[in-house]
Amino acid sequence: MYKPFHLVPADTKIDFIRFHKPAFILSVLMVVGSIVLIFTKGLNYGIDFAGGVLMEVQSKQEQVVDLGALRGKLDGLEIGEITLQTFGAPNTVLIRIPQQQGGDAATQAAVAKLKSTLGDQWDYRRTETVGPKVGAELKSSAIWASILAGLGIMGYVWFRYEWQFGVNALLALFHDCITTVGLFSLTGMEFNLTTVAAVLTIAGYSVNDTVVIYDRIRYDMRRYKTMALPDLINLALNSTLSRTTVTSGLTLLSVLALALFGGEVIRGFSIAMVWGIVIGTYSTICVASPLLLYMHLHRIRGKETPDRKTDKPAQQGA
Amino acid sequence: MLQFSKFKVTIILGIILLGIIFSAPNLVPRDKLDSLPGWVPKTVISLGLDLQGGSHLLYEVDTSKFLNERLDSVVNDIRDKLTKGTTKFGYLNLGAANGVVSLTLRDPGQAEAARPLLQQATTDMDLQIGSDGKVTAQYTEETLRRLKAQLIEQSIEVIRKRIDQTGTKEPTIIRQGEDRIVVQLPGVKDPEHIKSIIGTTAKMTFHMVDEAAEVSGQPSPTDMVVKVRNPKSDGAAQLIVQKVPLLQGQNLTDAQQSFEGGGQPVVAFKFDSIGAKKFGQATAQNVGKRFAIVLDNEIITAPVIKDAILGGSGIISGSFTVQSASDLALLLRAGALPADLTVIEERTVGADLGADSIEAGKKACLIAIVLIVVAMFALYGLFGLFANIALVLNAILILAGLSALGATLTFPGIAGLVLTLGMAVDANVLILERVREEMRHGRSPVTAMEAGYREAQATIIDANVTHIIATLFLFEFGSGPIKGFAITLLIGVVTSFFTSVYVTRLMTSVWLRRSRPKLLPL
Repeated sequence: MYKPFHLVPADTKIDFIRFHKPAFILSVLMVVGSIVLIFTKGLNYGIDFAGGVLMEVQSKQEQVVDLGALRGKLDGLEIGEITLQTFGAPNTVLIRIPQQQGGDAATQAAVAKLKSTLGDQWDYRRTETVGPKVGAELKSSAIWASILAGLGIMGYVWFRYEWQFGVNALLALFHDCITTVGLFSLTGMEFNLTTVAAVLTIAGYSVNDTVVIYDRIRYDMRRYKTMALPDLINLALNSTLSRTTVTSGLTLLSVLALALFGGEVIRGFSIAMVWGIVIGTYSTICVASPLLLYMHLHRIRGKETPDRKTDKPAQQGA
Repeated sequence: MLQFSKFKVTIILGIILLGIIFSAPNLVPRDKLDSLPGWVPKTVISLGLDLQGGSHLLYEVDTSKFLNERLDSVVNDIRDKLTKGTTKFGYLNLGAANGVVSLTLRDPGQAEAARPLLQQATTDMDLQIGSDGKVTAQYTEETLRRLKAQLIEQSIEVIRKRIDQTGTKEPTIIRQGEDRIVVQLPGVKDPEHIKSIIGTTAKMTFHMVDEAAEVSGQPSPTDMVVKVRNPKSDGAAQLIVQKVPLLQGQNLTDAQQSFEGGGQPVVAFKFDSIGAKKFGQATAQNVGKRFAIVLDNEIITAPVIKDAILGGSGIISGSFTVQSASDLALLLRAGALPADLTVIEERTVGADLGADSIEAGKKACLIAIVLIVVAMFALYGLFGLFANIALVLNAILILAGLSALGATLTFPGIAGLVLTLGMAVDANVLILERVREEMRHGRSPVTAMEAGYREAQATIIDANVTHIIATLFLFEFGSGPIKGFAITLLIGVVTSFFTSVYVTRLMTSVWLRRSRPKLLPL
C-alpha cells in the first residue's frame, strides 16, 4: 500500500518564541503603515462606494484598442473625468465616469450619451451605475457588516475562551484585516463590495487559524501543568505545524487557482484572499501565539509550583 | 470508532443520496428535465445575472411629487366646492405646502356651513377647522403609508405590463423598502431600450390650444405653456394650452403603431365610450381650432380640428420612427406610470461576459479540486483518498443545497465554492495530523483513529463557527452577488462539516473493520 510522505517532519523543534520580538516589530510597522496609508493616501473606492458609472467594453474590430484615440473621442462629452484602462485583454477597456452633478437622472443621461458616442462597434460587456444614495447605503451596510461580524466573532471567542485568548485572537484578526486594507491602499487596487467580502472572509479564516492553535495550547496547558510557557507555546506550535502548513497550503492553492484562472472580474477578491491566507498564517504563528506570553496566563494555570497538592484542572476550559 | 449504529449509517447514506438526487437535475438539459416524471426534483440552481447575463435595475419612485400632485388636486377640489356651490364662501391663502393643505375662511362664522364641503374634498385627510376660520388638512401617517404602498403596487403593475409587451422572459419585479422597485431582466439584449420603456412616465393628455392667448402672447391664469417636442423649423417651440385637459390617457382602450397615407409611422388609438363621447363633443365645438396631444409635459403634435371626430379613434403623428411609434403605442396600451421613476442603481452584464465568467469559474474550480485531491492523496494516502471522496460529496451536497433552497449562484458564489473546497479538507487534515501524533505515542490503529476524531472535533466546530458568524453578516448586509457568495460559503461550511467528519469516519471505520491493520498507512 502507498505510504504517504510527511511534508513536515514529525519532530520539529523550531523555537518560534525566539523570533517573536522582530515579528512583533514587523507587525506593528505593517499595521501602523496600513493605518497611515489608509488615512493619507486613502482607498481607490470602486463605484459601489464612490458612485458613478463603470463600463466594460470590448472592441468588435480592433485587436488592440488605442486608448489615446478612444480618449480623444470621449473627451468632448462633458461628463466629468473619464478613466480608461485595458481590462484583461488588449481589446477590452474599462471606462469609469464619476458621479454626475445632476443626480441619478443625469447619470443615466451620461450613460446614454457614452453609448451613443461609442456606437455599435463595441460589445457592452458590463454596465454598472450606482447613484449617490445607493453608494452611501452600500458603504454603511458594508461598515455595519464588518462591525457586527467583528463583534460576533469577539462574542464567540469570549464565550468559548478565557479573555486573554479572546483579546489576542481579535488583535490577530485586526492585524490581518487592516493590513489587507492597507495593501489595497498601497497598490491602489479598487476597493469595492467584493473586497469587503474578502476582508470578512479573511476575518473568519484568521480566527479559525488562531483558534486551532489556541485549542492546542490550552490542551497542552492542562497536560503539562509545570512546563514554562514559552516552551509550551513552542510545543503547541510545533505539534500543529504540519496541520498549519498543509491547511494553509491547500487553501492557498485554491485561492491561487482563483487568482490565476478566475478571471479579471474577481481578481481583486482573489488577491485579497491570497494575501489574507499568507498573513493569517503568519500572524497566528508569529503574533497571536507569542502574545500569550504577555497575558498573565498563570492566573488560568494556577501557580506553577510543582509541589502543589491538589492538581486543579484549568478553569473554564476543562 | 468501529461502532456505527445502523441508524446513523442510514442517516449518513440517506443524506448523501438526497444530495445526489437534488443535485442531479443540474446535469440534465432543461428540455430532457421537463419530460421526466413529476416526482423527480427539477429545481436547478438559478444562475445570477452576473453569470447568465442580464440587467438588475433599482428604481426609486418619486412619491413626493405624486403626493404634491394629489394635494394640488385637493386644492382644486376645495376651490370648486367653495365657489361653485349654491352658497359661495370667501377664503384667503388657499394652497398646499409641506404636505398640508390650508386656507382661511373670510368669515369664520361660515365654518360650520363649509365643513361638509371641505370634508368631501378631503376624504382620508385629517381636517381641522379653527374658530378663527383657519382650515388645515393633511394625510395621517397611516394613510400616507397606504398611499405610497398603493403607488408602488400600481407602478409595479404598469412596469410588468410594459415588460411583458416587450417579450422579455421571466422578469422579476419586486418592491424594496419604502419607495423602491427592483427589476431584474435575465438575458436582456438592449438594456437602454428597455430602460427607456420602463422609465417613461407616459402620461398623455389632450388639451385645447388657447388660440386667443397665442395671438396676444399672454397666457391667462387657466392656461399653461408647454414645450413642443422636436419642433419643426418653421413651427413654434412652445404653445399656450388650457390647463384642464379635455381628455386623459386613461380613456384610451387601444393603441397600435401604424402608417399614415404618406408612409409616415404614426400611432393609431381608440377611446373608450366615455372618451369617444367627450372627444366627439369637444371636436364638434372647436372646428378650426387646434388641440395639443401632450405626453409627459411635451407636446407631440397639435393638429387643427377639421371636422368633429365622432368615431372615437384617431392617430397621433409627429416625426416618429417605426421604433418610437411602436414604443409609444406600447406605453399607451400599458398605461401611464402613476409617478416618475429614476434608476438609482444598475448592474448589467452581457451574456458574453457571463459565459466567460462561468468558464473562468469552472476552470478555477477544477484546477483547485485537482490540486487538492492530488495533494491530499500524496500527503495522507488511503485516508487522503477518503477525504477526497468526501470532498467530491461535499461539492455535490453544496450544489444540492443551492438547488433545494432555490438559491442563486453568482460569480463570487463560485469563488466561495472554490474557497470552501480548500477549507473543507482542513477538518481532515486536523484529524489525520492528530492521528499521526497518537500513533507516535504508540496507540493502536483503532484507538489512534478514535482519539484523532474525538480530539479534533471541538477544534473543527470552533473553527467553523467563526466562519459562520462572519458569513451570516455578509449575507444579511450584502447585495446580490455578495449574498450569493455568503450563501455558498454558509452551505459549504455545514456540508463540509458533515462530509469531512461523518462521511470519512464511516469510510474509515468500515475499512478498519474489514482489514484490521496492525499499522495505519499514514
